[in-house]
Amino acid sequence: MATTAITPTRMVLNRLKGRLKTARRGHKLLKDKRDELMRQFMDVVRRNKELRTKVEQGLTAAFASQQAASSVMSPEMMEQALLYPRQSVELDLTFKNIMSVNVPRYKFQTKNNDPSEIYPYGFAQTSGELDGALEKLAQVFQDMLELAEVEKTMQLLAEEIEKTRRRVNALEYVMIPELEGNIKYISMKLEENENATKVRLLKVKEMVLQDAHHYKQ
Amino acid sequence: MGFKALGLETWPAASAEEAGRILRSLTREHDDYAIIYIEENFAAQLSHEIDRFKDSPTPAIILIPGREGPLGLGQNALRSAVERAVGTNILGD
Repeated sequence: MATTAITPTRMVLNRLKGRLKTARRGHKLLKDKRDELMRQFMDVVRRNKELRTKVEQGLTAAFASQQAASSVMSPEMMEQALLYPRQSVELDLTFKNIMSVNVPRYKFQTKNNDPSEIYPYGFAQTSGELDGALEKLAQVFQDMLELAEVEKTMQLLAEEIEKTRRRVNALEYVMIPELEGNIKYISMKLEENENATKVRLLKVKEMVLQDAHHYKQ
Repeated sequence: MGFKALGLETWPAASAEEAGRILRSLTREHDDYAIIYIEENFAAQLSHEIDRFKDSPTPAIILIPGREGPLGLGQNALRSAVERAVGTNILGD
């Protein structure tokens, strides 16, 4: 373990012990963060799946009605009818903090609140099919907006989870074992030194006694 | 086409290259778009452009099915996000 040169002194030992303590605490915190992120993420994923299916179905239906409308009306007429929108949408973007990940929250405001305002044309020259298509589109748009929010949240959370997981693993499998190994190495080295000193002292004592009293054990 | 009536801004594109050009200009020159919806059939060829924005909070680039109906790319995005986070696909599909 102790591949790098570490000086086996008490000071280094103390410092390593401190680092190990911090690493353990960090590991625990990051693990908790990862678990909580994962819980949130699974909720978001489930919601996303639901919404995506809904939006895809809604849009397919809306496009189908639009197709029907365009078969009744001439393309020029249809383009003319839709050319100039009466409605406009404004999107408010705020951020919400989920476990230190900033995820967007959208709030949209339509300029006209009257639901019939989505039809930018007079009813005289257009077909009823077009009305139906637009209505379907308007309905699905709400879900599309939420889908955007949920999908972005999902992507951002996925990134953060990946990062956190990598950190947890680095701490768990690299940092902490390495620190533990180094600490073990130093304490063994210190013990060895201590033993050596003890033996040396015994030896010296023997020599000194022999010198003074010609004493032999 | 119909989205225009709802008050969204639309940019029609005939090809994926054109869609890519529009996407670049929307994301580079103006940064006041929070959500960009793009049709799946174009997105398939623009995946590297779209992936660049995966990790930034704005804009959100969301795939929607085109006229041909859903191609499953949107579902793919979901699966890849799960795989990225969990390390394996746990949705079971």
